[in-house]
Amino acid sequence: MDIFIQQVVSGLATGGIYASLALALVMIYQATDVVNFAQGEMAMFSTYLCWSLLQAGLPYWAAFFATLVIAFVGGVLIERIVIRPVENAPILTIVIVCIGLLVILNSVAGWIYTYIQKPFPSPFPGKPIKLGNIVFGAHDLGEIGVTLGVLLLLFLFFRYTTLGLAMRAAAQNPTSSRLVGIRVGWMLALGWGLAATFGAVAGMMIAPIVFLDPYMMFGIQIYAFAAATVGGFTSPLGAVVGGLLVGVTENLVGTYVSFIGTELKLTVALAMIIIVLLVRPSGLFGRSFVRRV
Amino acid sequence: MGLTKRVVALLLALGAVTVAGSGVAAAQTVVGVTATEIKIGNTNPYSGPASAYGTIGKALGAYFKKVNDEGGINGRKINYISHDDAYSPPKTVEMIRRLVEQDQVAFVFQTLGTPTNSAIHKYMNQQKVPHLFVATGATKWNDPKNFPWTMGFQPNYQTEGRIYAAYVLKNVPDAKVGILYQNDDYGKDYVKGFKDGLGDAAKKLIVLEQSHEVTDPTIDSQIVNLKNSGANVFFNVTIPKFAVQAIKKSHDIGWKPLHFLNNVSSSLGTVLKPAGLDASKGLITALYMKEITDPQWKNDKGFQDWVAWMKKYYPEGALDDQSNAYAYNVAILLTQTLKQCGNDLSRENIMRQAANLHNVELPLLLPGIKVNTSPTDFAPVEQEQLAKFDGERWAVFGELVDASKK
Amino acid sequence: MGRGSGAASKSAGLVLILLLAGLLPFALSGFRLFQFTQVYIYAIALLGLNILTGYNGQISLGHSAFYAIGAYTTAIMIDRWNIAYGWTIPAAGIVCLVIGFLFGRPALRLEGLYLALATFALALAAPQILKYFEHWTGGSQGIVLSKPKAPLRLPLSEDQWLYFLTLGVLIVLFVLAANLLRSRTGRAIVAIRDNHIAAEAMGINSALYKSVVFGVSAAYTGVAGALSGITIAFVAPDSFSVFLSITLLTGVVIGGLATISGAIFGALFVQFVPNWAQDISKAAPGAIFGIFLIAFMYVMPHGIAGFLRLAWIRVTRPAVTGAKVETKAR
Repeated sequence: MDIFIQQVVSGLATGGIYASLALALVMIYQATDVVNFAQGEMAMFSTYLCWSLLQAGLPYWAAFFATLVIAFVGGVLIERIVIRPVENAPILTIVIVCIGLLVILNSVAGWIYTYIQKPFPSPFPGKPIKLGNIVFGAHDLGEIGVTLGVLLLLFLFFRYTTLGLAMRAAAQNPTSSRLVGIRVGWMLALGWGLAATFGAVAGMMIAPIVFLDPYMMFGIQIYAFAAATVGGFTSPLGAVVGGLLVGVTENLVGTYVSFIGTELKLTVALAMIIIVLLVRPSGLFGRSFVRRV
Repeated sequence: MGLTKRVVALLLALGAVTVAGSGVAAAQTVVGVTATEIKIGNTNPYSGPASAYGTIGKALGAYFKKVNDEGGINGRKINYISHDDAYSPPKTVEMIRRLVEQDQVAFVFQTLGTPTNSAIHKYMNQQKVPHLFVATGATKWNDPKNFPWTMGFQPNYQTEGRIYAAYVLKNVPDAKVGILYQNDDYGKDYVKGFKDGLGDAAKKLIVLEQSHEVTDPTIDSQIVNLKNSGANVFFNVTIPKFAVQAIKKSHDIGWKPLHFLNNVSSSLGTVLKPAGLDASKGLITALYMKEITDPQWKNDKGFQDWVAWMKKYYPEGALDDQSNAYAYNVAILLTQTLKQCGNDLSRENIMRQAANLHNVELPLLLPGIKVNTSPTDFAPVEQEQLAKFDGERWAVFGELVDASKK
Repeated sequence: MGRGSGAASKSAGLVLILLLAGLLPFALSGFRLFQFTQVYIYAIALLGLNILTGYNGQISLGHSAFYAIGAYTTAIMIDRWNIAYGWTIPAAGIVCLVIGFLFGRPALRLEGLYLALATFALALAAPQILKYFEHWTGGSQGIVLSKPKAPLRLPLSEDQWLYFLTLGVLIVLFVLAANLLRSRTGRAIVAIRDNHIAAEAMGINSALYKSVVFGVSAAYTGVAGALSGITIAFVAPDSFSVFLSITLLTGVVIGGLATISGAIFGALFVQFVPNWAQDISKAAPGAIFGIFLIAFMYVMPHGIAGFLRLAWIRVTRPAVTGAKVETKAR
């Protein structure tokens, strides 16, 4: 039984990682109707910036919040400079531009910071917490806490603030939004900025666990996609539940289904996506896809 | 290639045919070599998932710059051409063909990666172009009978696996072994060597094998399973990123096995320190190089020369990246080989000399380890020594293990 | 507006291009031929993906898996069963057709983004599954093949023969695709993309069409994979990572969605632009490639074929400068 609980706990910890980036993906999808393939790399790059600030001698929280500001401004600039020119092009053109952004950020990070992995500090105590035979890191707990905090913020923002509503409206129906006086262009830029900020939070929470290197987000982004797909791309809550679900399922299947073992762990996570989608084509918590005919 | 260039090339080719027809000067035209220059080809992943190794290709170039600044080799400057293959076998084939057929290099050197080199293995041998000191730890490069144009460099993974197995058999009376490996050729080679080394005992001693993918964010689940299996020996075949996590996690959950860490991740500065020196205490690895972040080499001549070279010729390279030390070693070995060739830089002679290295010492090999090759032995570095981490440095112990003497 | 003369000049252009392609092997070095062979292989795969994504509106990020299945079908048949390579190419196509069709059935229910991510999962799982069935696939070591020699004692080098073989397959598949897309079926495929509800109202069995299109698309990509296995003479899981899927999608969009010629332009792009990028900078070739990518999309948001079509319209019909390109996807 201990092993079962321990696997669930470590699955939740890993799932928390997926969930935090998945939130940023959902955020940008809600705000701009774009799946941002560069989200993980933006988060990685922000984390490197934070690392630079820490190296320059800034205390942790100062660097943390400074990074959030930089990430926000960076996100807005990316939207204004990189995405804006192809705004009205077919959706796949925007996807390809995002992929271009992905390789640029990755390559530039490797160029500036080299590919050697770097330790990244955690704001939480380093000592593991023990409950009987169950052990988990304080950072894991903190990370999940932060993710839930972000989730709550997102929920309140989209549900109760005029700005949040305006952003959703701008993404879903730009023409009508313009008619009621929403500045759609700025709403999209703001969406990118916020998503970049949440991505930066995710990056700074993930780096202490997986260490900082230009490829640190590659695998995580894949799982974050899985999480958001399982949970539904239109639901922040879904992204978090999806992340935790993927993390736990993967661990349990890898542990208990012997013919699969660890060798097909990834395949299992992916099969799970497909099964969930077959039952609920828009994810567990997603609203059904509204198609503009 | 511009039109004029192409016309010139055509004329030159025609000229060459005429000359060859007359049968006099042909023997002296050696591909890729002129009176002032020798052309060397290389592929490395400067983009794509294995970009971390791209620094090797750059460091090699930086070393040849030093050689050229000092007058070259026997009066010839080295023209080093390195292409990006993004660690994709089809791209490697393309780039190697570009080097051999278009750039017309004398030989190919330090191409990186097992799948990538596998893709060009046959081609190099059909074309009879030296394929020297490949940057991979697979075993198949030491096969002079079937592949007389391909030669490896570093000790292979299987040998290293066998070294750990021998240690377990000798020193751990009731061993229960847990293995964590990366699910690819590299991980499987290590595990195979280890199992071969254990022999018949393997089935009995190994209690659990766990694999992971490079895309896995963490390996916590695997470590938990390994601990739960009751293993008291842990054979850890992971790249640095996961090695750090494995050391840290097993420490955190209170699992204290005899921990064998593969050489690939033996960096003190980038693996052990981030994982925690305390957690790393007692790790055992097999070394063949000086670990450049290990304080014990601070005053070592070879290390200091390396640092001086890095600062002058490759300042953008990381001083805590063992790959840069690796590149330095192998570039020096190549320089030695070419010096040995004298004025005969034909492909046959380059191969002959590469197979004729005797007790060559390289500045960043562990003291006592020497490079030896022969026409029947295409594995340049074959010695390794076990080392234990004592909390500060890798303390080598026991004798040099020589894989060729078996 | 002289449609007759336009068609005539178009077919004259085609003949000229084909003539040029046929003469290439006698003018270029083996290495250059090899590169063009790669272009043709990519073009076949891109055409396959374009039928699905461009014409039918289903986004797939999983085509590297079909490419891999095609390559492995060929490799296993040649290496394990000693079957002549010529037979393995259609076999690879059929295997992928069946698998693609079966995968297309459940994938039907998924729209846009969700389909893209489900297929993305397929691409990610493929290398792991290939390694798992080590007995057949050679695991992570892969399978080494021999390059075929020209048959019938044709006086051609291996490179020249493979070039002609690939070119031949390319032409056959392009003609088939062009006919398919121009037929009733083709119009149905496009109608489903543009408005599947309306299409169904007109009596089109959209479910069946969609999965058949998925199968055909997979078959094209599988044939490309088979040809790649033969020309590279080596297959390994590392050759078919998810990056290949992204490359293929990039090629389709850069070439031009829902255009046949776009497959060729896209193939030229994915074959040569990364090479230029690394020639420009070894420090960060990815960054250079990314900049190329974004720049292309800025200048030609509808891909190269879309751009050329627009330019052609502007040149031939200067009066209607505002003409909209009809390649808009979705």
